[in-house]
Amino acid sequence: MSGTSGGSRFALSKLTPVPKVIGLRCRECGAEYELQATHVCEMCFGPLDAVYDQALLKKVVSRQRIEQGPKSMWRYRDLLPIEDSVNVVTLGEGFTPLVKADRLGAELGLRNLYVKNDTMNPTNSFKDRVVSVAISWARAHGFETIACASTGNLANAVAAYAARAGLECFVFIPVDLEPAKVASISVFDPNIVAVRGNYDEVNRLCSQLLESTPWAFCNINIRPFYAEGSKTLTFETAEQLGWKLPDEIIIPIGSGCQFVRHRQAVRELLEFGLVRGDRVPAFTGAQALGCAPVYNAFVSDTPDRVLPVKPNTIAKSIAIGNPSDGVYVNRIARETGGVVEAVTEEEIVDGIRLLARTEGIFTETAGGVTIGVLAKLARAGRWNGDETVVAYVTGHGLKTADVLASANGHSSRRVEIEPTMKSFREKVTI
Amino acid sequence: MPQFRIPGPLRRLSEGHTTVDVEATDVVGAIVALDAAYPGFKDRLLDENGDLRQFVNLYLNDEDVRLVGSGLGAKVGEKDEISIVPAVAGG
Repeated sequence: MSGTSGGSRFALSKLTPVPKVIGLRCRECGAEYELQATHVCEMCFGPLDAVYDQALLKKVVSRQRIEQGPKSMWRYRDLLPIEDSVNVVTLGEGFTPLVKADRLGAELGLRNLYVKNDTMNPTNSFKDRVVSVAISWARAHGFETIACASTGNLANAVAAYAARAGLECFVFIPVDLEPAKVASISVFDPNIVAVRGNYDEVNRLCSQLLESTPWAFCNINIRPFYAEGSKTLTFETAEQLGWKLPDEIIIPIGSGCQFVRHRQAVRELLEFGLVRGDRVPAFTGAQALGCAPVYNAFVSDTPDRVLPVKPNTIAKSIAIGNPSDGVYVNRIARETGGVVEAVTEEEIVDGIRLLARTEGIFTETAGGVTIGVLAKLARAGRWNGDETVVAYVTGHGLKTADVLASANGHSSRRVEIEPTMKSFREKVTI
Repeated sequence: MPQFRIPGPLRRLSEGHTTVDVEATDVVGAIVALDAAYPGFKDRLLDENGDLRQFVNLYLNDEDVRLVGSGLGAKVGEKDEISIVPAVAGG
């Protein structure tokens, strides 16, 4: 890895922050808005994105300035929509390991395979990145209550960061969420609203609640700021590769929100001269067949029409039947030479086991989807073997350990013996 | 009479009204009626092919109209509620 010098993991940069976020802009019609907690264009109903003062950023953004920053995602603060370091709510998120996955690569015929291990974040998923930005923005703008609709990982992060910030917290989750996720949310003592419905229904309820509460919903009304945190995963990947971009990135797709921001991150890395050349990586998306609206559209004759589905998969953290950014995912995948692929429930579990067995990294079901798609594409001959491929593994396996349960406990190699040498010799082959 | 629920960011078009009653027998007819009362809604909800725009969700009572068999042709009755819900990010 390169560029890892700098302050301690929790220290914020001593450099003076620059005012750089100048408003919001509609991704569809280009209408511009003042900075505020809103996510939808009044003119065309399209999604809003944060707008930066590009000329200003061009003057200040540099590798050196980033490398002097903290060993967390806040080393990229100039490219995040937070002006004042005092308001940053951090648990040291980001700057997670980029692991050269030689053993996994050997199985798949890839000599330059990397795993971006985002299970190493404070609440063990990439959501810490987006939530750190969202809560920092919300607190700086006077919000006293943080809320979210969640498939688990977001609620986990929101509850933890709200506790850290001392803010009131409401999380809305589907009632059938994995027990381990509920436990890791509950410990932070937020208000938990378990909704008898799937994630899309939870989201709809929260969108309507927005009308009658003065709350900052991380993934709804402050989404333009929240989403920006995702970019840091790709910034880090480039920096950890020695300020180079990989040939292809494999990204799990729920709503598609982070996928879109990773494309934006590459745009910024190139625009600000942080990486050389003008080659854009192929962006490849990974879905579970049990909830594959983006994949279904990608392989159809009408990739610009993503039709919603009713989710039915163990990969609950990405089980979003009505993905907000699905169309944009398909456009980006096609424009960059990537694909959107999907895997079965069995392939998801195989992916979890494959990553664990070869690299010592335990991922949740969404990571199983990513590794499952990586393996499927590799075995289908997508790569010649020399490409630099990076798989984003975005959540820890303990969140969904129940999917590994089998008739023989959690391992086919488990035996039970008496505490005697005789029993050992009888039952264990060495 | 079927009723539209208008979310906050879109109320500029409905002159601030949170709900709008419309006379219609199906969803697409309701959109046309809404547009007649407050011009601009139809173009914002439907694309050039007459399909619902990708970043807008329309719920007929509790059901996403895209998941209803008849889609925009779904019948609406006196007590039905149609909600416009802009797309949101994942979690």
